[in-house]
Amino acid sequence: MALSIEAANREALERLCRARPMWTAVRLARDAMGLGGQALLHAGPPIEWERMCGPMRGAVIGAVLYEGWAATPADAERLAASGEIRFDPCHSRGAVGPMAGVISPSTPVIVVEDPVNGTAAYTFIADGPWGHQLRFGAHGRETLAGLAWIRDIVAPAFEAVLEREGPVDLASLMAQALSMGDEMHMRNAAATGLLARALAAPLVAAVPDAARLEAIMRFLTRDNDQFFLGWAMCAAKAAALSIEGIAGSTVVSTMARNGVEFGIRVAGLGDEWFTGPASVVAGLYFPGFAAGDANRDIGDSAIMETCGLGGMAMAASPAVQRIVGAKSFAEAVSTTRSMAEICVGSNPRFALAPLNGQGTPTGIDIRKVVQAGIVPPINTAIAHREAGRMIGAGISTPPLEPFVNALVAFGKRYAA
Amino acid sequence: MSVEQLLGQPLRVINLGLELFARELETDGVPVVHVDWRPPAGDPSVAALLARLEDDAEESAG
Amino acid sequence: MAVRAVVWRSYYQDSMILMRIAESLRALPGVREAAVLMGTPANHELLAAAGLATPETKAATPGDLVLAVAASTDAEAQAALDAAKGLFDARRREREATGRILPRTLESALRQLPDANLVSISVPGAYAKFEAMRGLRRGLHVFLFSDNVSLADEVELKQVAVRRRLLCMGPDCGTAYLNGVGLGFANVVARGRVGCVAASGTGLQAVASRLAALGEGVSHGIGVGGRDLSAEVDGAMTKLALEALAADPTTEAVILISKPPAASVLPGLEATIRKVGKPIVVSCLGAAARGDGSARWVTTLEDAADAAVALLDGRSWAPRAFSDPVAVRTRLARLRADTTRRGAGLLGLYTGGTLAHEARLLLEPLLGPIASNVGAGGEAGPHRILDLGADEFTVGRLHPMLDPEGRAARVREAGRSAGVGVVLVDLVLGRGVHADPARPLAAAIEDARRAAAADGRSLLVVASVVGTERDPQGLGAQVGALEAAGAEMVPSNAQAARFAALALNPSLEAELLGDAR
Repeated sequence: MALSIEAANREALERLCRARPMWTAVRLARDAMGLGGQALLHAGPPIEWERMCGPMRGAVIGAVLYEGWAATPADAERLAASGEIRFDPCHSRGAVGPMAGVISPSTPVIVVEDPVNGTAAYTFIADGPWGHQLRFGAHGRETLAGLAWIRDIVAPAFEAVLEREGPVDLASLMAQALSMGDEMHMRNAAATGLLARALAAPLVAAVPDAARLEAIMRFLTRDNDQFFLGWAMCAAKAAALSIEGIAGSTVVSTMARNGVEFGIRVAGLGDEWFTGPASVVAGLYFPGFAAGDANRDIGDSAIMETCGLGGMAMAASPAVQRIVGAKSFAEAVSTTRSMAEICVGSNPRFALAPLNGQGTPTGIDIRKVVQAGIVPPINTAIAHREAGRMIGAGISTPPLEPFVNALVAFGKRYAA
Repeated sequence: MSVEQLLGQPLRVINLGLELFARELETDGVPVVHVDWRPPAGDPSVAALLARLEDDAEESAG
Repeated sequence: MAVRAVVWRSYYQDSMILMRIAESLRALPGVREAAVLMGTPANHELLAAAGLATPETKAATPGDLVLAVAASTDAEAQAALDAAKGLFDARRREREATGRILPRTLESALRQLPDANLVSISVPGAYAKFEAMRGLRRGLHVFLFSDNVSLADEVELKQVAVRRRLLCMGPDCGTAYLNGVGLGFANVVARGRVGCVAASGTGLQAVASRLAALGEGVSHGIGVGGRDLSAEVDGAMTKLALEALAADPTTEAVILISKPPAASVLPGLEATIRKVGKPIVVSCLGAAARGDGSARWVTTLEDAADAAVALLDGRSWAPRAFSDPVAVRTRLARLRADTTRRGAGLLGLYTGGTLAHEARLLLEPLLGPIASNVGAGGEAGPHRILDLGADEFTVGRLHPMLDPEGRAARVREAGRSAGVGVVLVDLVLGRGVHADPARPLAAAIEDARRAAAADGRSLLVVASVVGTERDPQGLGAQVGALEAAGAEMVPSNAQAARFAALALNPSLEAELLGDAR
């Protein structure tokens, strides 16, 4: 064929590897992304209110209340069902959202820019570590108060730090964290520590009020090893954005779940989604919870695997296998090795010490996925079906159909 | 490598399909890699599509 | 009777492993029937026919594995399914224990073995062409065991192969020998001076085994598949293989075994034969000797090996009906002493397609028309020869050289059939085939002869074995097992066919035995 898929995929790999995501700003979604009117973004492939799962509905209700579009959860639900709110995937707007992933116009978002590829990506500053969090569907008073505090206290403090100190180089921070035992999806303990270290002194300088400073430092450091996940996702999204629209490329540009469906997009197929049923996550549960309580796989955090991290880079993290219930570290290593079967190449910047410095597998090729019958495993948190909280973590195995359907669509477009 | 060259060389084999054949070659001391092959999506038309979506780059190589 | 089934989504295993597991399930207490197979359309028919179809199995797609068991009780059926899971788990553990990660594709296998020079392909036919083409495009020679590859695809593959001077052995190539290594179903033979080009697996096995018996060996045995000399394929691989053997310093004589070439192929083939420049023997089943004397044309597989060795040794050679006509006359006399009623029909039950074909070609001039699924024509009558390895008998099941039970059942059936007087069978040994194929066949022969005797008849079973003493099954042991079961053992397939003809029609003695005493 005239168009070389191999050349297009090599270009995609090159862009993914050369990305230098920098955290440059914190802004409201309205200002950063132009998200206006009664519009909400959500995780995963497109979905309407009627089909949304419990956690996503809960987060939508929370976002409506946060924006002040309704006064009570019941009113919020009616509004959401009325059709007056426009729902779009985060991914369609250059954003990513963990779990339900709901972003509303007044949500403060971190802005990650990649000057090399010229991309910018966004995500919200995840609430927590307090009990019930918006991204798991919680929308009670405590949750809403937390969101307001992030907007009014945390976001301005971060913005002040960035203004004083300049952008934070996430690429080098992540490379370092990877060598410290993070796989960057279910384990971000090292990265969170590195980020806190980078922010500590500047925050002291930027936030004169001691009580306020202490609260922010606790938010950053207390009992929340996953704090960095949002930054990691944004960095990965900035890299993945650079390959969207590369003509003739069969590399996956997006993997995401909305709690009902798992969906992918492919570099050479633009904004078209290919979906299949979201998987039941095989995992470990917190005390008092069991598989019957779990929602199906949900969240944009699979952007980590899209860029070769998380479940694809299990070999980086002996610690994560316990969290997600993998059988052994040997199995984790062989998982990462087997990902070479479905990737265009590897990312030399993300070197894996347990694999003798081999780079993380990068550039998932739908042709290889279908030929080998291997789908990327996704390390993930498990959301409760209704209760608005995390109940465990595990590994989800996405369905193969979206990859097959994307391949068929690719064939129609490029080799008809 | 032309067939004339092959006939003067030790075999080195990649085996797709029945694993038995790989085992037999191993007992002969032949270097063999068995492929854990499976039908792509269980569908020959998908296999055909995959074949069409392979570049011809290798045609000139090897 | 209870039927239980489970379907494992997207779980692929090769057919041989599935058959082994099904076999072990059938041996469990209470189990009447067990199926472990992929959910292909053909397999759904098999499940329905075996009474193993359930709502679960019906939902299985070709990529899904179906496990179905019929047992006396529900608990026994469930226990068998649990046992199956245990067997698969044990297999997986065994594989993981090696610490090796098996590649999933040819491409990644090449990363593990970058200087590979051949790919052996035995995947289902619908996928075989794509993998073979991948191999050829990467400069690999191809051994294509898979069948059910279309003629058009074969032409395409072989055109690419010829352009790059690569072997494309097959499709439907059962056996090959390269540099002393057997591929597919191969008898254990020594290396030697004779290079073979063969359309079929069993033809090459028969010749290689016969060469071994003569103290000679094979330099290379290049399989080309049964359609290579068709007008469409135009002898592409046969010609390439002959050229390669001509150039090969270890090859001193050449044997070509095939079906009759298409008329349009013959001139080009003869031109290639003339250029070989080494003694060459041609055995084209069913084709009359022809040509300009540059090749020695013979009619049977046995003769091909005998003639080649004679040419190598500079001896003169002429075909003979029997290697030991005196012994044959003695055995016939002994058979005739038994005056028990015997049916007038011959039934050939073959696992080797070329052997079946050879038998039919030898027997039709002696016995008249023979109904058969090998070769052209043939009309219904008392005589029938079946190649049980043909596609119509192997849909959804393994080749009879791997799974001997199907033929055993037919042998037993012959014992109950008053019209059948002589059963003619082959038995093919070698690596890759069943570990002890004589055992089920011998048991069936005993049963069949007993059933006939109970009906006041006698049943003659004539058998020949393709194999060597060095084969894993051991030629002598397998011959002995059949002999002990009451089979008349004859040294070759051609001689077995002639012996069967003599048993049915004494008036052929003059023609086949001359005045041997």
